[in-house]
Amino acid sequence: MCLAIPGRVLEVEEVGELRSGKVQFGGIVRTVRLDFVPEAVTGDYVLVHVGFAISRVDEQEAARTYELLQAMGALAEELGPGEDPTPDRRPS
Amino acid sequence: MKYLDEYRDGAIARALAAEIASLATRPWVLMEICGGQTHTIMRYGIDELLPRGIELVHGPGCPVCVTPLETIDKAIALAMRPDVTLVSYGDMLRVPGSHSDLLRAKAQGADVRIAYSPTEALKVARANPQRNVVFLAIGFETTAPANAMAAWEARREGLTNFTMLVSHVLVPPAIRALLASPQNRIQGFIAPGHVCTVVGYQEYEDLSREFNLPMVVGGFEPVDLLESILMLVKQLEAGKACVENQYARSVTYAGNLPAQRILAEVFEVADQKWRGIGEISQSGLKFREEYAPFDANRVFDLDLIATEEPAECISALVLQGLRKPTDCPAFGVRCTPEAPLGAPMVSAEGACAAYYHYRRHKECE
Amino acid sequence: MSSPSIVNLACPVPLGSGDTVLLGHGSGGKLSADLMRDLFLPALGNPVLTRLNDQAVVPVGESRIAISTDSFVVKPLFFRGGDIGSLSVHGTVNDLAVGGAAPLYLSAAFLIEEGFSMESLRRIVASMRRAADASGVIVVTGDTKVVERGKGDGLFINTTGIGLISSDIELSADRAQPGDVILLSGSIGEHGIAILAEREGLEFESTIESDSAPLNGLCAAMLRASTAMRCMRDLTRGGLASALNEIAAQSHVGIELLESAIPVREEVRGACEMLGLDPLYVANEGKLIAIAAPDAAEDLLLAMRSHPQGAQAAVIGRVTASLPGLVTMKTPLGTARIVDMLAGDQLPRIC
Repeated sequence: MCLAIPGRVLEVEEVGELRSGKVQFGGIVRTVRLDFVPEAVTGDYVLVHVGFAISRVDEQEAARTYELLQAMGALAEELGPGEDPTPDRRPS
Repeated sequence: MKYLDEYRDGAIARALAAEIASLATRPWVLMEICGGQTHTIMRYGIDELLPRGIELVHGPGCPVCVTPLETIDKAIALAMRPDVTLVSYGDMLRVPGSHSDLLRAKAQGADVRIAYSPTEALKVARANPQRNVVFLAIGFETTAPANAMAAWEARREGLTNFTMLVSHVLVPPAIRALLASPQNRIQGFIAPGHVCTVVGYQEYEDLSREFNLPMVVGGFEPVDLLESILMLVKQLEAGKACVENQYARSVTYAGNLPAQRILAEVFEVADQKWRGIGEISQSGLKFREEYAPFDANRVFDLDLIATEEPAECISALVLQGLRKPTDCPAFGVRCTPEAPLGAPMVSAEGACAAYYHYRRHKECE
Repeated sequence: MSSPSIVNLACPVPLGSGDTVLLGHGSGGKLSADLMRDLFLPALGNPVLTRLNDQAVVPVGESRIAISTDSFVVKPLFFRGGDIGSLSVHGTVNDLAVGGAAPLYLSAAFLIEEGFSMESLRRIVASMRRAADASGVIVVTGDTKVVERGKGDGLFINTTGIGLISSDIELSADRAQPGDVILLSGSIGEHGIAILAEREGLEFESTIESDSAPLNGLCAAMLRASTAMRCMRDLTRGGLASALNEIAAQSHVGIELLESAIPVREEVRGACEMLGLDPLYVANEGKLIAIAAPDAAEDLLLAMRSHPQGAQAAVIGRVTASLPGLVTMKTPLGTARIVDMLAGDQLPRIC
């Protein structure tokens, strides 16, 4: 459920009490409601579900944990891409 | 695409799988709650990467699948009225009601339109003042705030031709019902990351404590799910039972406060029927009294058609994770995506549809 | 929790055996295939029709003629990169070209709703002329009918095309063999997304243009480069997945794809991710696939990449003997998934 994808805020617009902005997803741009992320500004990444941003991506947190994951991945590659890293995995 | 592609990295995924394999000393039964997570698991073959002992059971986190039959029947009845324009998320169009579905209703001349966002339903209402626009507003806690905003805007503007047929379901009561069942085999949960983005994960801490089960709030990409499984396995191997947040780039403990505020303003908690499961108390949302003029249930006089669930559909057991879709005798034979007997075969992230689309060939071998 | 009630037993006859035609029957997926198999073939079947190729090849005297027909119902009528007019020319030209024929002549029939804008009609027909010129074909005959207001959806166009096909060319969807390679002429999903971008209800700003284009030049270049092609198919509704599933079914072979080899533009990816669509099923109007013997791959790829319509051509998979009739794909994780035939049109989803 809950298909939400990350996009970059290109500009923010406030019309009365409503807050919206242009958000870029890959190569397309769409107007997204930013009412739930008052802290999001141009350049931020937000997660968008049904045309509403539901969170602002915590880029520092993402970078921190991803670094660890990348190290894991690099180590596994070093062991040899041809090796099966899960020797007792279920047959496919 | 940033914050998407990195979490589909093959090397990282395989490394996580290897780590899980090296840590697991005994079999574990885990459930991913959210249909979107099920979809990813099937589409990327994540269960193929896991060691034999880790079993993934697919939970009821598919709001499309659990929308009550009556709601579908009501939506179809409304759509067939000549004065009504029914606007719906795409997912709902093929879900079978008792006798028909919205797509068939459209084929018979009903004015049924797809919207990606509730704001588009409002646009249709504003552009067509002579039509009664009904928006079929389904979803979990993730979608409810956006649906709530639509009602809030409609009320503020004084729209007189816009109503919503609401079916919102809440996740924690469903988990509680699952865990309370004597047939429960689940030892650890991957909690739904986008639901928790909105509501935070305090309720999951309560559940984890009450039932002494580990839970990890997980994202939706292959790396997210594998990392979540790794975190669960680590806890289980160490005999721990607490809530961890894998999806910290989006989820915070308190969740999204502005979203929670609009939810509280527009909706209140109510008992809710779950298709295939039955009624779960305090597991849904209904409009507050002041929003009655926007509640299609109250505005329209809807004679309830007798709802009939096909006897053969075992979605009740599938949604509770007690059976796999392939255990169902009708799966792929009498129940297919073109001729579904129940909702999990129709919804793109229903367990049955996911199995059918992505993994059917396993049974061919 | 209550278990499912057995008190109100419902007739388990699936809703699929319907008595009305659905939109899905025209979408190029499973329902379309069922309609063909269950209704059209039994009534009209003959050895030519049963091959179910995009075009029919029939002998006329000493020559072989290729015939193809297609109807165009696109909404909106005008979109980035084309309109119903250019689409109707390219579509039929391409059906002929992928059969190995040199397209020569088209007929064009117009079904116009009373009240349709004369200016729009003028624009559309002018566009058809430009498309015909670019394709090297001429419209030699046609028909016009006007239906009462409310009885038609603005404008429908049918084009039927005729081409000559040389006697040594034998391209057909039932000729794929295990070991063959699958070539794709370029990135997928552009037409479908261009159309979606203009539809009310799914708005987004996009620079995606429909890839609607004539492929006869590319096909001719490929035929010159190699005689070892089994078949070519232009991708239309139902996308890459549907075309490959049809070939797998008709040739009774399996097909294995490599996901990372399939080109998809960033804009198409963004739109698909947002709407929950799989690019494999999104419509195209200027792309083709070719199945060929493995040693022909290099020559074909060179010929394709040297042609403007094939600049991004790639080998995307191979034909196998295992799991006949099934198309599978290796994901970036190294695991396998099925690329199934869809029942009807893909619907945007929020879940």
